[in-house]
Amino acid sequence: METKLFTVSSSPHIKSHTTTATLMRDVLIALSPAMIAAIIFFGISAVMLTAVCVAVAVLTEWASGKLMHKESTVGDLSAVVTGVLIAFNLPASAPWWIAAVGSVFAILIVKQAFGGIGHNIVNPALAARAFLVVCWGARMTGSAFIPAADTVTQATPLGLLSEGIVGQMPSYMDMFLGNMYGCIGEVSALALLIGGIYLIVRKVITWRIPVIYLATVFIFAFILKQDPVFHLLAGGLMLGAIFMATDYTTSPVTPKGQIIFAVGCGLITMVIRMFGSYPEGVSYSILLMNVATPIIERYTKPRVYGVVKAKKIRSKSEVK
Amino acid sequence: MDMKRATFKGGAHLRYNKELTSGLPIIKSTPPKEVIFPVSMHLGAPSKPIVAVGEQVKLGQKIAEPGGFVSVPIHSSVSGEVVAIEPRIHPNGQRVLSIVIKNDEQETMDESIRPRENYKDLSGKEILHLIQDAGIVGMGGATFPTHVKLSIPEGKKVEYLILNVAECEAYLTNDDALMQRNAEEIIRGLEIVMHVLGVDKAYIGIEDNKPQAIQTMYESAKHLNIEMYSLKTKYPQGSEKHIIKAIAKREVPSGKLPIDVGCVVFNVATIKAIHDAVICGMPLIERVVTITGCGITEPRRMDVKIGTPIEHLLEQCGGFHDAEKFIIGGPMMGFAHYSSDIPVLKGGSGILLLSAEEADLAPPKDCIRCARCVDACPMGLMPLMLSNTSEKGDFDKAEEYHALDCIECGACAYVCPAKRMLVSNIRVAKKEILVKRKQQAEKKEAEKVKGGNN
Repeated sequence: METKLFTVSSSPHIKSHTTTATLMRDVLIALSPAMIAAIIFFGISAVMLTAVCVAVAVLTEWASGKLMHKESTVGDLSAVVTGVLIAFNLPASAPWWIAAVGSVFAILIVKQAFGGIGHNIVNPALAARAFLVVCWGARMTGSAFIPAADTVTQATPLGLLSEGIVGQMPSYMDMFLGNMYGCIGEVSALALLIGGIYLIVRKVITWRIPVIYLATVFIFAFILKQDPVFHLLAGGLMLGAIFMATDYTTSPVTPKGQIIFAVGCGLITMVIRMFGSYPEGVSYSILLMNVATPIIERYTKPRVYGVVKAKKIRSKSEVK
Repeated sequence: MDMKRATFKGGAHLRYNKELTSGLPIIKSTPPKEVIFPVSMHLGAPSKPIVAVGEQVKLGQKIAEPGGFVSVPIHSSVSGEVVAIEPRIHPNGQRVLSIVIKNDEQETMDESIRPRENYKDLSGKEILHLIQDAGIVGMGGATFPTHVKLSIPEGKKVEYLILNVAECEAYLTNDDALMQRNAEEIIRGLEIVMHVLGVDKAYIGIEDNKPQAIQTMYESAKHLNIEMYSLKTKYPQGSEKHIIKAIAKREVPSGKLPIDVGCVVFNVATIKAIHDAVICGMPLIERVVTITGCGITEPRRMDVKIGTPIEHLLEQCGGFHDAEKFIIGGPMMGFAHYSSDIPVLKGGSGILLLSAEEADLAPPKDCIRCARCVDACPMGLMPLMLSNTSEKGDFDKAEEYHALDCIECGACAYVCPAKRMLVSNIRVAKKEILVKRKQQAEKKEAEKVKGGNN
């Protein structure tokens, strides 16, 4: 038999088929029910805006790779996910150039300037939303929300709540299905939940962040004598809890850290909703917790097998 | 005897590919023309050759004696003539002094090999001597001399004698095969170990993907005080620390040994070797090997004489095609080797030829912090942090993150979607930390000496 030289490398010698690209593909699949809901409720403009965001995001990702002489990361689909999420955070009435500016900002400033995938400190799509709200408040909030059915601009349920107009509130069923005013991708809790279940079943995300985030909002709303179901269904909570707070890069990697992160998101969301001047708190709560992620991680390291913490040694009964 | 279920926290579900060989019979390898015995195929001091070139040796004859207490002798697996004692390539990649014997295919047995009627007349110490004299080492891959493991230090007591047949590595089915074929010998071997250790109870842990083996073992062990555990199939259930966690519900403290928490764990092939040595008087000269992978024409499970050149085995499997990687051991913890021109050793449970597709040699990408490695680490470590700190050269930080507790099982690197070289980076950190510790200890020692002189 002829002598063949084999490839040598460190173990393990087999790897799972899951790659960054397959994970992102799963996230896109999970986002598709919400996309369909957006088309139903907002019509063609939802598709157009999403297309602009995705195209600009991918183009920016490609161009920044060229600019920085780095290997292109377009193939990992992360820019596509960011593009879709930016669009989902826009009102259907937003002009195309706002979508484009937001996408360039998200990819170039928030993501690539910090080192690209895996290195950004805050969620690119949410940072872009915050940026756009600050720059073009009138086009991003309040009166910007137009349903496809009529052309009368109207406030979101949370907008109504903060203005004290309770009479025009949509029913639970309308809110659950998505028949209410809001950003492109946030209205249908049903569609977002289908996506969330898909992600958990496919093990793309764990249940910890979305479930604990939603539970915290529910409990806090209850304590504040608010309608907890309303707060679950209103605004961008579902979109935020399932797709934004679960962003790998900007959320803690430790199980305990993820729980603290989710509780923090829930508390800040409710504080902003109830006591802030701005009706919606999801994006800022997640951005704030993104920034806290490194410190949460530092204090929530998992317990190492066979290592007994110094604190525990004090009581002898615990040390076997 | 009861059957219980157990598992551990963390770990990963692998693409096991055990079906490549799991239904196959164990066949005997054809006699090799030549066998090669490196003097170091166990952990500990290398053995010392006691034969000379040109000498005739018999099957089972001792050809090298132990180089110390933590060492074992080597026996010839064939009868024939010693043709060379020279450095040859060892599966660890280095050239190691090896005794090469030309097989005369007569299978002339050494006179010393005689079955023993009753081992119970022998004392524990005598049996330990027999075990060392038979050259028995841990056959799961660690190759630690078994008699050393069985020599329980003063003041320690064995509460859990665990037979480890998790066989959690992907692809490998040799332990499974051995249990189905030699369950009775294994149980008798276990009885011998119970006798040596003076315990009246033993525990057996088998992963639940081996129902037939569980059944045969259960039938053979009925008469004994044995608790059998059907362990959830999850990698690395067969790691010593994790089978202890699952069965004894104890954790081996960081930097300590299983005996420190009253546990001793044995691989099933080792136990079978103990049976063969004590009852049949046969030293360790043969083992079951899984020869598998998509790169091999006909995967096989074989009875192989220790020292058989692997190329001789590959020929019997119809050779290989499109093989990209050649691995000794399992795919998760085995060693890749550049050439198949090496012999089968005592710890060599598997011979794998992986195709390029199976081996997945995609270059590493940026970490996306998906936390899969943290969830998969059975030791509760944060592999991404260990790897990142190691890559940056910040080994002090890696030490803070408990780099030295890593068991290098590879679960993290297996699940990593960015295909990062996590284990490789952690190994670098471990090495650097140990070097630093050694230097510090030497410095301290030097200062002490200096202080003494003043």
